[in-house]
Amino acid sequence: MHDIKKINVMEGILDENDHIAEHVNHHMTHHGVLVVNEMGAPGVGKTTSLKNIVKHLDIKPYVIEGDIESDIDTNALNELGIETHQINTHGECHLDAPMIEHMTEHIEFSEPGVLFIENIGNLVCPAEFSIGEHVMMLISTVTEGSDKPYKYPLAFEKADIILLNKVDLIPYLDFDEEFFMKGVRALNKDVPVFKVSGKTGEGYKEVAQWLQNKAKELNCGE
Amino acid sequence: MHEYPITEQIIKICTDHCKKAGGSKVTKVNLVIGDYSGYVGDSVQMYFDIISEGTVCEKAEVNIQHIEPKLRCSQCGALFKKRPMTFECPECGGEGGPTDIGKEFYIDSIEIE
Repeated sequence: MHDIKKINVMEGILDENDHIAEHVNHHMTHHGVLVVNEMGAPGVGKTTSLKNIVKHLDIKPYVIEGDIESDIDTNALNELGIETHQINTHGECHLDAPMIEHMTEHIEFSEPGVLFIENIGNLVCPAEFSIGEHVMMLISTVTEGSDKPYKYPLAFEKADIILLNKVDLIPYLDFDEEFFMKGVRALNKDVPVFKVSGKTGEGYKEVAQWLQNKAKELNCGE
Repeated sequence: MHEYPITEQIIKICTDHCKKAGGSKVTKVNLVIGDYSGYVGDSVQMYFDIISEGTVCEKAEVNIQHIEPKLRCSQCGALFKKRPMTFECPECGGEGGPTDIGKEFYIDSIEIE
């Protein structure tokens, strides 16, 4: 008969990821680069939103594109002159801190700016993993329906900024904005919500301004 | 969906603690998983049996304590279980806000030989 010994562990399973995320955050803060973790379900217009935001930015944009497969979005962004780097996860449903640490070590951040990290299209898993971001930007859409904060609370709870995209389609839909906002406010009392349209470009100037102010705060050491 | 790499991490942590304590075998792993953590206990169990093969964790029993998520009412302060499609407090009708109860995801303890 062997002796059985009980050992208290009390260790978070994501502690290692969070530790690396903290390191990424410090590294990017040192470079004066604001890290934006862009999340949203597939097809909400994450890449289209990036293209629209960048048009109004006065500071340098850097992009890391996360996709399960393909480099379609990376090529499209590079063609527009936006420095973009690809991560393919080959089946993994989210980006994690070690992936971002590895990538950011290989990018030359020649000047301060904003690093957009487009996470895998998924409204569940990316919200659970910190990747070193200063800002969690959630893209929701009127086409997904107004019940999303109720069904996917964690993503809405963790967001620092929410873009409600495809608002040009409101006349053709039964989107209940009051119900949507009630859910958002229950989970996240003060989060700014910007109504935007990837198609017409409306609303993105204000989003870019908001991000630029955040980047400025970072560079003032606030 | 992502329980495979997470279970690898669980086995790594257990193995480190077992070796540090001079043990040769982990017989039990006590996990705490909140229902809002996003991790499915059954999947962790399934992957654990596969990944632990040939490690000190092989054949260890995985014991999972589930924690039910709770909201806190902004008016009366009561902790309550969220009902589908509403954040309303069942006591006073006030709005409930998120808490950390139900987001736990950690290894409480292990038993080793």
